[in-house]
Amino acid sequence: MALTLLRGLHSNCFRLYPSVYVARKHVRHFSVRSSQGQTAMQEKQHTQLKASTKSESAKYEEVLKNYEAVIGIETHVQLSTRTKAFCSCPYNYGAHPNTSVCPVCMGLPGALPVLNSKVIESAVKVGLALNCKLSLSSKFDRKQYFYPDLPKGYQISQFDIPIAAGGYLDVDLPVEFGGGHRMFGVTRVDLNRAGVPLLEIVSEPDMRTGTEAAEYAAELQRLVRYLGVSNGNMQEGSLRCDVNISVRPHGQEEFGTKVEIKNLNSFSSVSRAIDYEILRQAQLHSQGQADQIVQETRLWEEGAQKTFTMRKKEGLADYRYFPEPDLPGVNLSEEYISTIRDSLPELPETKRRRYENMGLNMQDVLFLANDINVAAFFDATIATGADVKLAANWIMGDIAAYMNNEKLSIDDIKLTPQELGELIASIKGGTINGKIGKEILFELVAKGGTVKGLIQEKDLVQIADPSEIEKIVDKVLANNSKQLEQYRGGKTKLQGFFAGQIMKETKGKANPALLNKILLEKLNSKP
Amino acid sequence: MLSSAQTPRLLRSPAALTFKCLHTSPILTPASTSPSPSQILTNRKALLSRQTSAVDLAKSFLQRLRRHEPQISSFLYVSPDDIVLKQAEELDNRIKNNEEVGPLAGVLVGVKDNICTRDMPSTAGSRILENYRPPFDATAVRKLREMGAIIIGKTNLDEFGMGSTTEGSAYQVTANPWDLSRVPGGSSGGSAAAVSARQCTVALGSDTGGSVRQPASFCGVVGLKPTYGRVSRYGLVAYASSLDVIGCFGSSVADAGLLLNSISGFDNFDATSSKQEVPDYASQFVPLDYLESKPLKGLRVGVIHETLGNGVDSEVVSSVRSAISHLEELGCTVSEVSLPSFSLGLPAYYILASSESSSNLSRYDGVRYGNQVFGEELKSLYGDSRAEGLGSEVKMRILMGTYALSAGYYDAYYKRAQQVRTIIRNSFKDALDKNDILISPAAPSVAYKIGEKKNDPLAMYSGDIMTVNVNLAGLPALVLPCGYDGGSAGMPVGIQMIGAAFDEEKLLKIGHIFEQTLEGYSFIPPLVADE
Repeated sequence: MALTLLRGLHSNCFRLYPSVYVARKHVRHFSVRSSQGQTAMQEKQHTQLKASTKSESAKYEEVLKNYEAVIGIETHVQLSTRTKAFCSCPYNYGAHPNTSVCPVCMGLPGALPVLNSKVIESAVKVGLALNCKLSLSSKFDRKQYFYPDLPKGYQISQFDIPIAAGGYLDVDLPVEFGGGHRMFGVTRVDLNRAGVPLLEIVSEPDMRTGTEAAEYAAELQRLVRYLGVSNGNMQEGSLRCDVNISVRPHGQEEFGTKVEIKNLNSFSSVSRAIDYEILRQAQLHSQGQADQIVQETRLWEEGAQKTFTMRKKEGLADYRYFPEPDLPGVNLSEEYISTIRDSLPELPETKRRRYENMGLNMQDVLFLANDINVAAFFDATIATGADVKLAANWIMGDIAAYMNNEKLSIDDIKLTPQELGELIASIKGGTINGKIGKEILFELVAKGGTVKGLIQEKDLVQIADPSEIEKIVDKVLANNSKQLEQYRGGKTKLQGFFAGQIMKETKGKANPALLNKILLEKLNSKP
Repeated sequence: MLSSAQTPRLLRSPAALTFKCLHTSPILTPASTSPSPSQILTNRKALLSRQTSAVDLAKSFLQRLRRHEPQISSFLYVSPDDIVLKQAEELDNRIKNNEEVGPLAGVLVGVKDNICTRDMPSTAGSRILENYRPPFDATAVRKLREMGAIIIGKTNLDEFGMGSTTEGSAYQVTANPWDLSRVPGGSSGGSAAAVSARQCTVALGSDTGGSVRQPASFCGVVGLKPTYGRVSRYGLVAYASSLDVIGCFGSSVADAGLLLNSISGFDNFDATSSKQEVPDYASQFVPLDYLESKPLKGLRVGVIHETLGNGVDSEVVSSVRSAISHLEELGCTVSEVSLPSFSLGLPAYYILASSESSSNLSRYDGVRYGNQVFGEELKSLYGDSRAEGLGSEVKMRILMGTYALSAGYYDAYYKRAQQVRTIIRNSFKDALDKNDILISPAAPSVAYKIGEKKNDPLAMYSGDIMTVNVNLAGLPALVLPCGYDGGSAGMPVGIQMIGAAFDEEKLLKIGHIFEQTLEGYSFIPPLVADE
């Protein structure tokens, strides 16, 4: 708990909401999918952070009273199409270099790019999900520069007419960061790169803090995973965020000099790099050295927890864009767009609102809606008629803990939503008690099977017959006459001892309420 | 084997032109009679009737190729005899076993060296691709092979297709078979010269601004530039992607058309190839016997006014004018058409083509293939490889194109040129709505001397005035010989017929009838005819 508090302190060192310093009551293991599942808030649990000193955070707070940061993010999402964007070569992360190449992606003389239609479909999905206006006719352009990984000396990109533009993204900030709903503008979605297909999503400069930026990125990750267009994995580089950040005095209209930060490999590094950079720039402002903020690209160094100059921009690079003559324009029909629109799954934002309306609190909502597979499991469970809150508790509690320990995703566990529904019903209906329920759950997640089958097989039906319980109570009291004497002599704490003995005798099957009622009666009755 | 060119005669029997023909004279004769018969059809007939074998046919072509090659230098690479003969032998076996053979069975094809062939080098005439062998066949080459054609070798060209004389090749200078002191034109000069000298039956070229049509005109052969998108560009080493097309050379309109038949159509590997249906162009080559006296009656021919004025050699103008009279005799209604934007085509073409080439040629960085000059640093590896590997004309166009696309200049050059392109496209469309075809000379002059314009690029560029507009408009055009400069001993003059998009059929029909009814000319260079 203490550790969490310190982590919270550091990563939120200049949060505006004092409530963030209240540590989370329940430290849950949010990482539902160990390789995939982090979002900004969850990741912090895994990151070793040093606590900053009190004086430092006070300094930040002081600085931020006078300055405001303006943050925009360029996100590059690698689409998980089976083949590359402009040829039929398969794309696999981690494949040996040059094992999946053809004349087209090698840029051999005479080879021509042909657009993979899945790429357009993915872009349209993302565009729609981000509430963008789609361009019915867009085109590709060549962006030219020499680089060893660029076989043709140009990159096929979209320059002046992106496939989608003018949208927004809804974000629910995590409870521990003060909560709240934000809406961030999305300037454009474009098809950004040849070879391995890359979608570029450019935000409006709408964000003001590291947390907002990290949550924006996390929501994008959720979105592309919900849509199934990318695995959104930051470590593999499937989702990359370049952050543009400037600082200006409160009340100033025009933007300060903007700095770009790269090498952000996790949501927490997005958040921390921004917070670091805000402080750096704000301090320069406050020391009258704002002219030392120059337009440049800075790298976030995870080890040092600092940003460093990578390259200064000496004038704008001239990429000599011109329309790609090898590819016809991208023309979308209204019909095509509406077919795609109809095929979109329930998106994170809609899902969260639905869960909220079911009466779940925001922490539960954020957890359940974070991973589309967890959400699907939850939805399937409540479709069996299970109690919403109970279903949420089981999933977020014991099931999440199990998955976290075993490093499994919800698709890997043997428990089905039907059986979880059955389990909840069995407890509610009194067939088994909660303790037995837990035992069964671990059987179910690890080995599978049915609740009914396990109850029968292990003879776990709750003993709810008062006369049967009475018999056992009598037996236990008789066998422990010494303790009974002590109890009656005033050592009433021994009630727990007797209850334990009885549970042991019934192998945990006794109805706890009934047991306690009968036990108390017997203990307190005159001999 | 080859008889000398005969004196011009009047309309002769066209019976030797089609499948129905009963041509019994020596099969290889390119033009023992005038007008030019279809070599493809004659050879096919002879093969199927067992009058000759594919092996004999191939041997005689190889012999003639080697005989003329030292003087003409049209080939950069000739397939080894045993490989050519093995393919011919396989065909003979199929014929012997009464198996089906493709429509181009035994046809010996020369392929411009900027078109990829998996079993031969493909250098595009550049040092930077010296010894480069692609791992794949261009779609057009693949189709030719599937039709039974035998690729005999790779023909010379101006480096990457940039030039109008073939002097821009990094390897050799090709001579015009009609006069060895003259250029064959370019950039497909090797293909044009090879077909002209009957070193191969037909040849593939590429046409970005006239590179098939101008050398066809210079060498007295038929050159066909198809509509942009008609033939897949996959495997054509890109010069200017929005203008490049693979084109056909033949010694007759029918041969050029039959070649087009085999290579046309949509290709999954070229997103700019058209899905428009491909008609059977062979059906156009009807024997003259079946034609009426005015076979082109009702066809509207528009003569482009701007192409017969200043700057065009008078001999060229008079040849084209008499060709126009010939078309009138065939029944065409001829009128003059003015295209005021015509002269804008040249600057627009050179800006657009250079811009695209500056981008297309970026891939030649010495890193993955081609010649590499080792460098301590990446920049010097790039720089030195390109400095050594690319020729001066190529470098000049890369520089021009880079400039035209640069920030601050883009609007004044590239964008403006695109606007001109739209104007030109529209003006051609209007003219072709009113006319079936448009007529112009193929070039403002006949073939000039080797070295004459080598140091005067602007003079060379201006020679492309007749052809570049057609590329900008993406239209098909057919060039065929229509006369001589300075009497029968002179150099051939070509006429250009421009058609509506995807209307190659009409061009071939008109071209074929024009050719077969043109009296008094034989377009076999003396070098070959005197054999």
